[in-house]
Amino acid sequence: MNNTNIILVLVVLTNLKLLGSSRLGASIRVVAMQGVVLGLLPVLAHTNELSLRYAVLAAGTIALKGIVFPWFLFRAVREAEVTREVEPYVGYVTSLLAGVMILAVSFWMCERLPMPETLASSWLAPVAFFSIFAGLFLIVSRKRAVNQVLGFLVLENGVYTFGVGLAPHTSLLVEAGVLLDVFVAVFVMGITIFHINREFDHIETNRLSTLKD
Amino acid sequence: MYPESFIPLLLALVLSPLLLGIINRTKALFAGRRGPPLLQIYFDLWKLLHKGAVYSRTTTWIFRAGPILGLAAVLTAVTLVPLGNFPALIAFPADFLLFAGLLGLMRFFMVLAALDTGSSFEGMGASREVFFSALAEPALLVALATLARQAGSFSLSTMLGQVSGGHWLHLGPVLALVMIALMIVLLAENARIPVDDPNTHLELTMIHEVMVLDHGGPDFAFIVYGAALKLWLLAALVVGMVVPATGASWLDLALVMGGMFAVAVIVGVVESVMARLRLVMVPQLLVGAGALAAAAFLLGLK
Repeated sequence: MNNTNIILVLVVLTNLKLLGSSRLGASIRVVAMQGVVLGLLPVLAHTNELSLRYAVLAAGTIALKGIVFPWFLFRAVREAEVTREVEPYVGYVTSLLAGVMILAVSFWMCERLPMPETLASSWLAPVAFFSIFAGLFLIVSRKRAVNQVLGFLVLENGVYTFGVGLAPHTSLLVEAGVLLDVFVAVFVMGITIFHINREFDHIETNRLSTLKD
Repeated sequence: MYPESFIPLLLALVLSPLLLGIINRTKALFAGRRGPPLLQIYFDLWKLLHKGAVYSRTTTWIFRAGPILGLAAVLTAVTLVPLGNFPALIAFPADFLLFAGLLGLMRFFMVLAALDTGSSFEGMGASREVFFSALAEPALLVALATLARQAGSFSLSTMLGQVSGGHWLHLGPVLALVMIALMIVLLAENARIPVDDPNTHLELTMIHEVMVLDHGGPDFAFIVYGAALKLWLLAALVVGMVVPATGASWLDLALVMGGMFAVAVIVGVVESVMARLRLVMVPQLLVGAGALAAAAFLLGLK
């Protein structure tokens, strides 16, 4: 119980850090850390029924989110030769304040939603929603394609958090399917970033709408 | 009012300059110097009190009243803050708002006195001080509100006295967030390193030190002593959250004093290993502290 709460607080902190961080490399590392922390969640949330199933889920998550994705994103950043600044539409301080607002809204919303009794922690649903909304916010408020991929990963982490909390109800297949989807998505996005960069010399999405001969 | 309520008051009045001495000693140790004696601030205060004051012809009575009223405000705040499990002299519901207000009042008079000198340099420092404290104050208030909610009491004495081992077991993460937020507020409010460098004089980047440049003699002694008391009070908030109640008052006292000196050492270590943040980054740090406190408040609601 307590271990789950510590993980959930770490997820909240990493999300806030992402909203306020100005460095691309640091952002990628923070998302990787969030992935590793969340990988431990299924093992710690369901200690009473420790099984191979959770161990596999944890190992797969840590390997993908903690190692493969960051490596892939760092590679994309290196090959696209972008600068290390994040370049947001919405400033860092405003983003942080928006993050706090999103957290409040998530808590308010989860008070009103009917929740299953078996959730591992009362913070689980609000934190999951917070990750989803924070991910969406990161996608719409950042210029760079790499940052939008990070936002997408945070969003997916939120879905995953909720899924793990409900693990006894959902099958492992669903989790594994989501993980596979994300893997393919990040793979495709990485290639796209590379191609956008080769065509346009930059990966700023606000400038993609103007056509180039 | 209990007889042991005088303990926090007396300790604060007597020992607060010692905290600054410990911070300086820690920094000296990190830099490989011997450093000033632990009691250096006392010597400085003694020296300053025996000097005369020089007043510029541009200044009015506001400039002379500033340090006195500032010290009076912080002395009133001293009576409100408990030390560990020793209750404060005055305790009533919502006294933490008065505490924050008195710190604000102290700052207000300092800023008025700085503006009264007519120096553009001091005006700049005053503007920065007000800007940063406007960001630090929400963090302080939200952190204290979280504590109030967890302890189920609106008075600082019961709030800090009741937060104990049990709370840490159940809501460790929440209290840890509150503590980090309070620590950042402590560093910012006392013009310590990630926000301001207390050692830079006559630099364009400084905040607190620039406001007090024109004060001298007893006035400056009041300002230094007031700053030491402010550091003591904020450290007492942090320590009060951690130190458990043992029941034996001598052991309690030893634990609390150990905690206070530990906070001073931590501040010294932070100053030794970190560089001062760029001025544009400071608002981010303070808003971050506010965000931590707000997250703790929301998590604590469940």
